[in-house]
Amino acid sequence: MQPKPRALSILDTVTAVLFVLATLMVFLYAPEEAVMGQVQRVFYFHVASAWVGMLGFLVAAVSGVVYLVKGDRKWDIVGLAAIEISLVFFFVAIVMGAIWAKPVWGEWWTWDPRLTTASIVELVYAAYIMLRQGIEDPDRRARFGAVYAILGFISVPLTFVSIRIFRTIHPVVIGNSDPTAKGSFDMSPKMLQTFLFSLFVFSFVFADLLWHRIRLGRLADKVEELRLKVTQ
Amino acid sequence: MQTLQAPPSTREASRSAYPAFLRALGAIVWKDLAAELRSRELLSAMFVFALLVILIFNFALELEPKTRASVTSGVLWVTFAFAGTLGLNRSMAMEKDRGCLDGLLLAPVDRSAIYFGKAIGNLVFMGIVELIVLPVYSVLYSTNLFQPGLLLVILLGSVGYVAVGTLLASMAVQTRTRDVLLPILLFPLVIPVLVAAVKGSSGFLQGADMADIWPWINLLIVYDVIFTAVAFMVFDYVVEE
Amino acid sequence: MIVVNKLVKRFGPKTVLRGLDFRVDEGEFVAILGPNGAGKTTFLRILSSLSRPSLGEVRIAGHRLPAEASVVRRLLGVVSHMPLLYGDLTAEENLRFYARMYGVSHAEQRITEVLELVGLASRRRDLVRTFSRGMQQRLAIGRAVLHDPEVMLFDEPHTGLDQDACIMLDNVLREVAARGRTVVMTSHDLARLADLASRFDVLSRGIIADSVQRANIDPNNLLAFYRKSLEN
Repeated sequence: MQPKPRALSILDTVTAVLFVLATLMVFLYAPEEAVMGQVQRVFYFHVASAWVGMLGFLVAAVSGVVYLVKGDRKWDIVGLAAIEISLVFFFVAIVMGAIWAKPVWGEWWTWDPRLTTASIVELVYAAYIMLRQGIEDPDRRARFGAVYAILGFISVPLTFVSIRIFRTIHPVVIGNSDPTAKGSFDMSPKMLQTFLFSLFVFSFVFADLLWHRIRLGRLADKVEELRLKVTQ
Repeated sequence: MQTLQAPPSTREASRSAYPAFLRALGAIVWKDLAAELRSRELLSAMFVFALLVILIFNFALELEPKTRASVTSGVLWVTFAFAGTLGLNRSMAMEKDRGCLDGLLLAPVDRSAIYFGKAIGNLVFMGIVELIVLPVYSVLYSTNLFQPGLLLVILLGSVGYVAVGTLLASMAVQTRTRDVLLPILLFPLVIPVLVAAVKGSSGFLQGADMADIWPWINLLIVYDVIFTAVAFMVFDYVVEE
Repeated sequence: MIVVNKLVKRFGPKTVLRGLDFRVDEGEFVAILGPNGAGKTTFLRILSSLSRPSLGEVRIAGHRLPAEASVVRRLLGVVSHMPLLYGDLTAEENLRFYARMYGVSHAEQRITEVLELVGLASRRRDLVRTFSRGMQQRLAIGRAVLHDPEVMLFDEPHTGLDQDACIMLDNVLREVAARGRTVVMTSHDLARLADLASRFDVLSRGIIADSVQRANIDPNNLLAFYRKSLEN
């Protein structure tokens, strides 16, 4: 078996350090927001998690296309890894969103566009996993996964637009138009820095987990190969 | 015994006027319609199912005259969406049993002819169910549902639904979990259609301004075009091994 | 007519065909024997263009598969153990459908001819779901010869048929073969094949292990030959 590459070990350490730094920044560096208080700090990781989750979908869709064109199995592993990780990131984002929502809006959940789209995307991820589980043949599993990832990815902007034409009460922090939307706020420079840094760190976390998961996928394939050799 | 040798012209390509693609497409649509007209299993199932859904909504939502207007399009589209899955499943299952999908794949025709043939067949079935449900609903709730705007929205919505649904049904039918899997795969992707169709239908039913309804129709058209194109491009990968 | 070079077929980590070489000249009737799971059906699926090779070359009448698949399909008639017929349509409607799919000219005349050939002329207006398995199989052969293909592929066509049906099937097969078509058939039934085939190949462990011409072997020794090939 190939041992864990050094680059990956370094990435692990770097990511861990960055994560600690980001957490410190969120709690110590960023100022407290005037209206919402401490709970607003959830924002940094919440949005970072969601954006990176969407990035994962893009990665999965692109790997899907490449897999269909080239037929190389490693792209399938990348796609699956990306979706699995995004599934978790999105779930974390949704939960953090709920934690933020309760004190600010008074409810755990609202049906506003972003949240609704996020839950739909989450369901697409879950459907992807379920689709794969129902197929025995690895080649077909990979092909169908790729197709569904592509379709799913294309549907997301359309879904978002369709729901967005509904009224929103979700704070539009970036590119905001309606200042009366509850919970929206303008970011001071320190907040912006914290936010961008969180985004940066979460991308690292994603890449690190992705690499680990791809490795895991490859090793699993290898095990399967060896198992067949032994039994034949 | 009769001679087996076919007349020489059989070996040449058909000399009929339109190309092989349209011929195959027509053959598949005709086959689905003919088989269904014979057994009528599918249509009656979809129809009864649709009626049951409307009935359940009657109790679940208290469709009184006041609330009715705002809720009608929602009820209609949920009905269509669920009845639609029945149709999609059955249409593909027919090919899977007895291995008929292989029969289609063995023929010297473009795979997209199979996709479009099945999709058009599915659209026709959905259309038939819709055309039966509309008057029934109109009578049950004294609402006139036969307005051109509404019919347009129903058409656009059904096209989008069927374009994605046919592709996903082809995938679902090749898995272990089959029927159960199709709604799980389909509904998240088809949300834009449902949202736009419901809002568009509502708009027409409540006599809203065209300016308000237009975005929804646009969205439906965009969705239909994008997904029909993507689905037919990707169909090969779903049926070829 | 059929040339196969080093054909490899993998399903994920599992390799079913391992560099198979195979050659059939025009007009030959080749029977492929082999234990279950040897890859006979997989091989036939590849020849019939339903499945793609992982590696290696397959040519039928000089055309490469899968690149020139649509040209090849016109030349192939395939009968598998599934009838590939629509139960809710009549026999003639089924044939009409396939006639249109294959672009057969003078379709009505041809359909009548074919129904006579397979002995189902009297049942042409009956729904296929009322047919016995034997009748369905005969109609399936009718479907396969409708477009007058040069090459015929049969995958265990006798499966599930009773004695009478088998005898009828054999008559039809003989007639089909007598017209100078190239035929490849897989089967378990050695006794049956002894009459029909001009050559016997044994597919074992992913390759053609052995081959013998009918002229060179006493039909009584077929079983021994088969067993011996498997041991090697």
